Amino acid sequence: MELLLVLVLGLLYSAGVYLILRRSMVKLLLGIMLLGHGTNILIFVVGKITKGHPPVIDETYKVFQEIYADPIPQALILTAIVISFGLTSFAIVLLKRVYALVDSDDLDNLNTPEEEDI
Amino acid sequence: MKSAILQTATRYLLPILLLFSVFLLLRGHYYPGGGFVGGLVASIAFVLHSFANGTKATMKILRYKPLSLIPIGLGTAACSVIFPLAFGLPAMTGLWLEEPIPVIGMIGTAIFFDLGVYLVVIGVVLTILFTIALEE
Amino acid sequence: MLFTVLTGLIISCLLIPFGNIIKTKWSILLPLIPVILFLYYLLQIPAITLGTNVLQHVSWVPSLGVNLDFKLDGLSLLFALLITGIGTGIFFYARTYLRGHPYFDRFFAYLLLFMSAMLGVVLSNNILSLFVFWELTSISSFFLIGFNNDNKDSRNSAITALSITGLGGFFLLAGLILMGNITGTYIISDLVTQREILINHQMYPVVIGLMFIGAFTKSAQFPFHFWLPGAMKAPTPVSAYLHSATMVKAGIYLLARFTPALGNTEYWNTTLMIVGGFTMLMAAIHALFRTDLKAILAYSTIAALGMLTFLLGMGTKEAIIAASVFILVHALYKATLFMVTGVIDHETHTRDITKLSGLGKVLKPVFIAALLAALSSAGLPSTFGFIGKDLIYEATLHYQQNWQIWLTAIAVATNIGLVAAGFIVGIKPFVGPLPEEYSKIQLPPFSMWIPPLILAILSIVFGIFPSITGDYFSHQVANAIAGVETNLHLKIWHGFNTVLILSLSTLAVGTLVYLFNKPSSIKLAKIESANKISAQYVITGIGKQFAVFAKWYTDIFHNGYLRSYHFKIILAAELLLGYKLWISGPIYINFEDLTPLSWYEVGIVAILLGALYIIVTTKSRLTSVVSTSVIGYAICLLFVFYSAPDLAMTQFTIDTLTTVLFVLVLYKLPPFINLTTRWVLVRDAILALGFGAILALIALRILYEPNTTEIADFYGENAYLLAKGKNVVNVILVDFRGIDTMFETVVLAISALGVYSLIRLRLKSSEKE
Repeated sequence: MELLLVLVLGLLYSAGVYLILRRSMVKLLLGIMLLGHGTNILIFVVGKITKGHPPVIDETYKVFQEIYADPIPQALILTAIVISFGLTSFAIVLLKRVYALVDSDDLDNLNTPEEEDI
Repeated sequence: MKSAILQTATRYLLPILLLFSVFLLLRGHYYPGGGFVGGLVASIAFVLHSFANGTKATMKILRYKPLSLIPIGLGTAACSVIFPLAFGLPAMTGLWLEEPIPVIGMIGTAIFFDLGVYLVVIGVVLTILFTIALEE
Repeated sequence: MLFTVLTGLIISCLLIPFGNIIKTKWSILLPLIPVILFLYYLLQIPAITLGTNVLQHVSWVPSLGVNLDFKLDGLSLLFALLITGIGTGIFFYARTYLRGHPYFDRFFAYLLLFMSAMLGVVLSNNILSLFVFWELTSISSFFLIGFNNDNKDSRNSAITALSITGLGGFFLLAGLILMGNITGTYIISDLVTQREILINHQMYPVVIGLMFIGAFTKSAQFPFHFWLPGAMKAPTPVSAYLHSATMVKAGIYLLARFTPALGNTEYWNTTLMIVGGFTMLMAAIHALFRTDLKAILAYSTIAALGMLTFLLGMGTKEAIIAASVFILVHALYKATLFMVTGVIDHETHTRDITKLSGLGKVLKPVFIAALLAALSSAGLPSTFGFIGKDLIYEATLHYQQNWQIWLTAIAVATNIGLVAAGFIVGIKPFVGPLPEEYSKIQLPPFSMWIPPLILAILSIVFGIFPSITGDYFSHQVANAIAGVETNLHLKIWHGFNTVLILSLSTLAVGTLVYLFNKPSSIKLAKIESANKISAQYVITGIGKQFAVFAKWYTDIFHNGYLRSYHFKIILAAELLLGYKLWISGPIYINFEDLTPLSWYEVGIVAILLGALYIIVTTKSRLTSVVSTSVIGYAICLLFVFYSAPDLAMTQFTIDTLTTVLFVLVLYKLPPFINLTTRWVLVRDAILALGFGAILALIALRILYEPNTTEIADFYGENAYLLAKGKNVVNVILVDFRGIDTMFETVVLAISALGVYSLIRLRLKSSEKE
């Protein structure tokens, strides 16, 4: 299964890179989101995946009695997911703002803005 | 996209989802859940309500601006961080009551920290979504 | 000793908040600082006279071998006394000179910073702390030269000085570290004991080469001398203090300090003698043709510094004795002449030697100070300068056969120039008829003429009673430089011998040169053209070429297209990562360790990849957004399968909210249009696939590495015992790494505020319209 996840993360990165090389702002944003997903999976995979043993201690014990999934990548990814929401929402609003001003989705049109647009 | 079915449904869904979010928040220390997820579920509840009844109606239920939840949440979390200082312990030391309280369970500074996170998340998500929705 | 270094630094910082207080009558407190430090060092003389060294050790960064080690020996004491003693005079002088200046407080902050840094340089016994203080002197000098920052020349000179001394500092650091690596110690007094290892090491020429660049840039030796005349843009007290008596001697100090450890080898002596000899001769000739008083002084300072380098290069006992005395001789008369120039500039608002005359009638005490200093600089018998000159000639005459004639000739020629230059500055403005416009000049407040007068009188007192310095610390200075006993005894009269004849003929010829050579702007222009060969033009040329290169580079790499930046960054990352992967050998996959595959996982992954394909190829905005959310949900399911319930829940809710956001904003935007050519698409696709492949390979390599679970085990074992929680992920977030989470929420709050202000504030401003 790890191999499948490695394939997924490789393709997520590829698609992300491909999209941030485009001229469209929306594609840029989608690309960044895909790179985020790819990174999450990367952290998840290299932290060794485990099936059916969440890092939650059994009700009757005080420590783990059997193997459990590594909690550290999970804590990292959880933080990353939430932060990426903040990033995405800000970027979306920025994009909306830019679109309202320049009336274009093309990044190249941002290079020489008219004075009154600023 | 106002539909009678959705409006009726959200009238019941909103309190249930909010209750569920509090449930997630409180059990976070023992089972999957916690402040982040709880806060997100609560925000989804409000977002759903605003879809059915319009953002203005949801704002009316909330009474206060969601933006004000952010400082309250940050303050709650910060208080739980510095609270142990009052007992001469280093900041962030986890302090717990000896006996569990019925329904809620064990009470400690970590719960208040999570509560702070919960409030900040609701504040942030609703601020973002409502500002965008209201601009239209 | 630490306190003497720290006092200035601390007070310098305090001047930022309390600067306005010090602009009032409380400014009298400022000169008290060097006074106290000066007294402290005077009290150290008895111990030093006997040859004991005062040591102090303060741990700073022990793991890097950087400690504050201070050592006070004869050489350090001489410099410490110069820094604090002349500093005292300068502080009194500058307080009057700059009275009412809007940046009065700032000036003294820089000056104090400089004084502390300079003390740090001469007291450090650790080469790394020496370097730190060394750089601090460069920086404070930069601020002081550029003090009149509304003047373009001033700013340019400051930048030149900083780039030259800073460049030298960079080389010096390299040399010092190399030396530390060879010997394994950073303590200067320990380096002396490792002398044999150092001078026989194959890197020895490199070490001293680097150190020479450091010393030559700081002490304005050819070809780096040109920053010093430029530095005369600084207020005159600064020139008097930094650029004649103290900072420019830091390079000399460095050479002297390392002479016992590195000196007296063929490389060392030849280089120093050639550079010093050339510098002093060239600068002495330049000095004769300048018309600006401060330019004359600048060039004669360069000549004196060249003389010191030259003497250290000769390396004989006599030469070292001469150097250790000449440092003091020069500091005394040169600081005096600078301060006198400052008075003239302050009163007449000109420094042009062709316009000034007759000032002796209105500025009598100043004239006395200038005259005494000029005589000492000329080496009239019974002045301190006479003793210095005697020692220099004695050193050159007693050098090896074949060379002594030439060395003596250079020294005499330089001294002739110095005599004439001293007379031009010290006598010429004061004699002759007094022009009408200067007749109403009043004597400035006594704090501006007492300090130069005291220094000038000291030049005479030390000349008549040379044992005052000779028996108390000059012999220890020479001992510290030579590393052995030098038996220095200063005498006023050496008998009637060759040295005396040389001395007197130098004086006579110098006087003749003064009488017959009249500096004028025409001659100035001619001598200025000789500067064409100097490194200044080389460096300016390099600077211009660098600007051309920078423009070319910017045009290529910073063309303003975001995707082009992305492309270059990703390409560079691919090359670096790919190279690292390539050299780290083949990748193995341990199939037995892998988790078994099940059909529903394959199904999820298939859906995910399908959605990915749609995003990349679709032209519809809505489709791509929906596909993105499909990917999110698919990843959420993967989290469910692999024991991450918290992640699954968070991913699910966040994905929902992101989709809502996208839909709210994006449904208005037009569909994608294809803006690029097919070739570009293929190129980008190759780059993208390459990047994905490299990351996949990295992941595979990590998978093969053995599993380390120490940190996970710590959290697993202590989650309940320490934090009373059973969901370990949540315990990490709210307890073990709570501060991180705290700041994460702050980041979220900031993004919400950003969104809010982007939209709401915008609305308000448009509502106004």
